[in-house]
Amino acid sequence: MSGSAEEVKKHIDVYLKVAGALAVGTVVTVLASYLDVGVALGIVIALIIALTKGSLVVAFFMHLLEERSRAILWTLALTVTFWFVLMLLPLLTMADHVGTPKTLPNANAAESHAEEAH
Amino acid sequence: MEIPYTVTARPDTGLNNVKLGIWLFLASEVMLFGGLFSSYVLLRVGAVEWPLGADFVNIPIGTFNTAVLIGSSVTMVLAYASLKLGDLAKFKTYMGSTVLLAVLFLLVKSYEYYEKISHDHLPSHGTFLAIYWTMTALHGLHIIGGIAVNGYLWGPGSSMFHTKRDQFIGRVEAAGLYWHFVDLVWIFLFPVLYLL
Repeated sequence: MSGSAEEVKKHIDVYLKVAGALAVGTVVTVLASYLDVGVALGIVIALIIALTKGSLVVAFFMHLLEERSRAILWTLALTVTFWFVLMLLPLLTMADHVGTPKTLPNANAAESHAEEAH
Repeated sequence: MEIPYTVTARPDTGLNNVKLGIWLFLASEVMLFGGLFSSYVLLRVGAVEWPLGADFVNIPIGTFNTAVLIGSSVTMVLAYASLKLGDLAKFKTYMGSTVLLAVLFLLVKSYEYYEKISHDHLPSHGTFLAIYWTMTALHGLHIIGGIAVNGYLWGPGSSMFHTKRDQFIGRVEAAGLYWHFVDLVWIFLFPVLYLL
């Protein structure tokens, strides 16, 4: 934030508008959780609202919208990249089937059929 | 010994130490909470069944606490703006409000914990409860840290306003960045643990 009194007062107006938007966002988050849309869509809606609210906090309260420092922007770019890697870990874990006995269910099925035949 | 670059920018980074330091710290914090959010996803998709948050937590209380924390973020940024305008009295009012709202958040959270303990909803009694306690307690520790720093800047630390004003404003800006981050984490924790 730059120093002149006029600019600071303009910023204060913006802060109050953002505060109003965050309050509305919180109410919308709670109301959306009562929508009968299923778990997957419910999660997507809740995360979109949370992302919007989070972006407002970062952009205006943390002044990232005005940040011009390359050191900070690069630090954040790296952080976001590795954050996505962290979020990919559960997906990679689910995709890892090494050591999973794939033939066992079929073998059991045949056995149960054999038992039924007896 | 005078510590260099507390106010003026370093020639190599273009930033003073306070600003660079707080952003690097916040980056490490993103990874700390990111690891826990990643664990949450892994535990949830791997679970045979997952309880609805509302089965264990109180949504109206969580919503109230969300409003309290957002309110504290607003007063924090207004405290910083007051300092930029050179108004120490307003700074003290807004910073004091920030600390009080943070204490209110902790009191409400303590009541929630008390309710959980009395209903035997302990971390050892289920995966949801384990991740709920871990994430909210870690967030609570961050609130306590914020109260300590903001309380110092409101009280004894504010004498620096008269002697080294720019350095004091830098400290409040860094404390503000930290506090908004704590608010940001809660903005994601609330829907994830209470509503989904």
